[in-house]
Amino acid sequence: MNEVLLCARNLGVRFGGVLAVNDVSFDVRRGEVLTLIGPNGAGKTTVFNLISRIYNPSAGTIEFEGKPLTRQPPHRVAALGIARTFQNIELFEHASVLHNLLVGRHVHRRTSLFQDLLFTRATRRAEVQAREQVERVIDLLDLQHHREATVAGLSYGVRKVVELARALCTEPKLLLLDEPSSGLNVEETEDMAFWIQDIREELGVTVLMVEHDMKLVSRVSDRVVAMNQGEVVAVGTPAQVQRDARVVEAYLGAGEQAAEARREAVQ
Amino acid sequence: MRFLFKTDYGQDIRLAKHGGYLLWYGLLVALLAVAPLLLPEYLLAQLTFILIYGIVGLGLMLLAGFTGLFSIGHAAFFGVGAYAQAVLTGMAWPFPLALLVGAVLSAAVGVVVALPALRVKGIYLGIATLSFGFIVQEVFARWESVTGGNVGKTVGAVRMFGWTADTAPSFYFVCLALAILATLACANLLRSPTGRAFVAIRDSEISAQSMGIHLARYKTLSFAISAALAGIGGALYAHQIRFLSPDQFDIIQSIDLLLMVVIGGLGSLHGAFLGATFLIGLPQAISAVKDVLPEAVGQAPGLKAVVYGAVLIAFVLFEPLGLYGRWVKVRTYLQLFPFYRRGMFRRQKAFQKSERLR
Amino acid sequence: MQFLQLVISGVAQGCIYGLIALGFVLIYKATETVSFAQGELMMLGAFFGLAAMGSMGFPFWVAVLSAIAAMAVFGLLLEMVVIRPILGQPAFSIVMLTIGIGYVARGLVTMLPGIGTETHTLPVPYKDQTWNVAGLVLNVEQMVVIVSTAVLCALLYAVFRYTRVGIAMQAASQNQLAAWYMGIPVKRLNTLAWGLASAVAAVAGLLLAPITFVHANMGFIGLKAFPAAVVGGFGSLPGAIAGGLVIGVAESLSGFYLPEGFKDTAPYIVVLVMLVVLPNGLFGETLRKKV
Repeated sequence: MNEVLLCARNLGVRFGGVLAVNDVSFDVRRGEVLTLIGPNGAGKTTVFNLISRIYNPSAGTIEFEGKPLTRQPPHRVAALGIARTFQNIELFEHASVLHNLLVGRHVHRRTSLFQDLLFTRATRRAEVQAREQVERVIDLLDLQHHREATVAGLSYGVRKVVELARALCTEPKLLLLDEPSSGLNVEETEDMAFWIQDIREELGVTVLMVEHDMKLVSRVSDRVVAMNQGEVVAVGTPAQVQRDARVVEAYLGAGEQAAEARREAVQ
Repeated sequence: MRFLFKTDYGQDIRLAKHGGYLLWYGLLVALLAVAPLLLPEYLLAQLTFILIYGIVGLGLMLLAGFTGLFSIGHAAFFGVGAYAQAVLTGMAWPFPLALLVGAVLSAAVGVVVALPALRVKGIYLGIATLSFGFIVQEVFARWESVTGGNVGKTVGAVRMFGWTADTAPSFYFVCLALAILATLACANLLRSPTGRAFVAIRDSEISAQSMGIHLARYKTLSFAISAALAGIGGALYAHQIRFLSPDQFDIIQSIDLLLMVVIGGLGSLHGAFLGATFLIGLPQAISAVKDVLPEAVGQAPGLKAVVYGAVLIAFVLFEPLGLYGRWVKVRTYLQLFPFYRRGMFRRQKAFQKSERLR
Repeated sequence: MQFLQLVISGVAQGCIYGLIALGFVLIYKATETVSFAQGELMMLGAFFGLAAMGSMGFPFWVAVLSAIAAMAVFGLLLEMVVIRPILGQPAFSIVMLTIGIGYVARGLVTMLPGIGTETHTLPVPYKDQTWNVAGLVLNVEQMVVIVSTAVLCALLYAVFRYTRVGIAMQAASQNQLAAWYMGIPVKRLNTLAWGLASAVAAVAGLLLAPITFVHANMGFIGLKAFPAAVVGGFGSLPGAIAGGLVIGVAESLSGFYLPEGFKDTAPYIVVLVMLVVLPNGLFGETLRKKV
């Protein structure tokens, strides 16, 4: 539980004149659930995009399992063991759910193009194995009904689950969840909370997530990192961070009364 | 109504999902096998063209329909294959060897075209491929020592290991065999990780990347395979038509190929052959109808262009899923009768959200 | 001297490419779709001018303005009848649709008895005139092209910068649904964009006609305007003109200094080089999806 899986040091990224992320440092320990919180525009998804190598940092480093990540091309990230979901859902719309999940198995691909063209026994065996693995994820997340459905026709809640399932199919060591409960109703959020706990306990996957729903955050997270305007403002347990004066100020402004009211409500 | 209860993974992975597939496709192959006995020579030649264009269509379908990379210069690969075949068989190489080399050469050109295409998307990709199409056509016209330039180049019959396929039926069987092999290869590709990677790239490049798909490699691969198939089609085209000249591989040919896959139905292998049937069949239909129309309309030189354009517009407006899409709707209607619902295939409109970030 | 002559002629040709490219970019900026019908619209504009000056016997300026107006209306109608129904379909479908429109336009014109298959000269008052300036022989037709293009660009710049319509068009081009919800009449703006693009195409056709004659296959020049738009950066109006000039000059110079065959492929070689070196063109915008 104490070994550091992902280590971000002095991360910074600049878009034109805007410093979206500034001197951000945090550790993600193996087996924990770490949540990034902060108001909109704080730079949380940007940090995710830096870890996924969609953006290049203008400063700082990221290390995963002790090895530097900042030089890897984006398609190597999954092979290293990092999977992610996207805030605005980036599924393969014109394919079935099963097809989407099978793409998640791409990193475990062992067959060559030639074998694929001829569909040799090796390819067939690999396909069956891939489907077996995918079925385990489908069972975990109760997606059986939607297996053959085309993603374009599914409701938002189901799509979020498919996005999660696809990330899990890569068998990651670190799972990046970008706002897993946004747009979900109470029951779906409950399910999501259970799944995050299952993912951590049964699958042994470390979870780094961005979330706004404080109840969910308090329930599943081991530690919380609060960000505001691209900088880290507080680190600690959910309770500690929620009481931190700077975090309160970030969400509610520096008004004396507002801060007072917030402190009272938490107590 | 047919219910498919799947009890093992094999059923999902198989190409023939249920008995009906084997029955109908078997019947189709049987019919095609006896076609030389049933059809007059002229129609057999048209059927041969359908098979040839179908192979090229498979390639373009793979690139445009399944990987989402629209190539407006595909006639270039078609031409490379055709000329390569003409030159090599002219040097007395046996057919299979010439075909193989031609396919590899087309694939190589495909890789070259892919290089700038990797960095750009959408319309830029289209313009890049369009540009290559023009440049390659100009090369065909200028490289007279090899291609004969604008004067043209004659092509002999299919010759291999003592056997010459110089009758219409024998050449037809060569094309049929290659068409079936090409279709099976593409179908295998699409049910394997490579094919899934292609579809992933089409639908969302960013998440494809985050799933570990190397965009550059797979895009290049798609171009290469697509070009190779076009090259094979081109080689057969050379043998069928017996005379090549650069203007057979111009922008009009490229647009014809695109028309073929769009009308056939983007995103399906059937669409390639349905589109090819349409492409070869339409001029025949126009000829047949010409005599019925008034003089001013029937004999006018622009009639073909008007009909092509009108049909294309009609398909985009009314049947965006193409001929295969229409077939699927009809089949579903029959399968679900009387429970077919009219809104079943309605696609949700995706409104324009600019992907440009200043 | 020869060099300067070539450059000027290249600039004039480049202005034509630039104007057609301007049409593409106008439509692209407004609706983020690409129209392959611009070449044919230019051809129709030239034919309309021919009809106006010839059979209808209008005086020169009336004919020009009526041709432009007629094409603008045609563009408006085209958008309302054919393009609008497919609002919401993937971009490629719209491209194929415009290709179809181009085919139909070209085919219909070819079918016109007697007129369609012939080449015609446009009776402009400055036909075949030349000026002698400092030893250079300047073709008045080419000069008219250059000046008209400059005037048109200034006009369009003013429209987009200073009028509400222009700003509304830019909003609609970035997020149609949001613009709609904000009360911007997106559908009407799209129609307007097409009308404007058609009018620009008509101007290009009228300017080109004295140089290349009016015939049904004029539209193929439109294919060279695509490299122009890409070189300039698809999505930038000044870029379209700049790109056109680059292509026109490159073509003109390569026709003289390089061996046979390079003249026709020059635009395409330039665009490929551009895509490798500067994928977004001279003035282009970065295309990147925000996740």
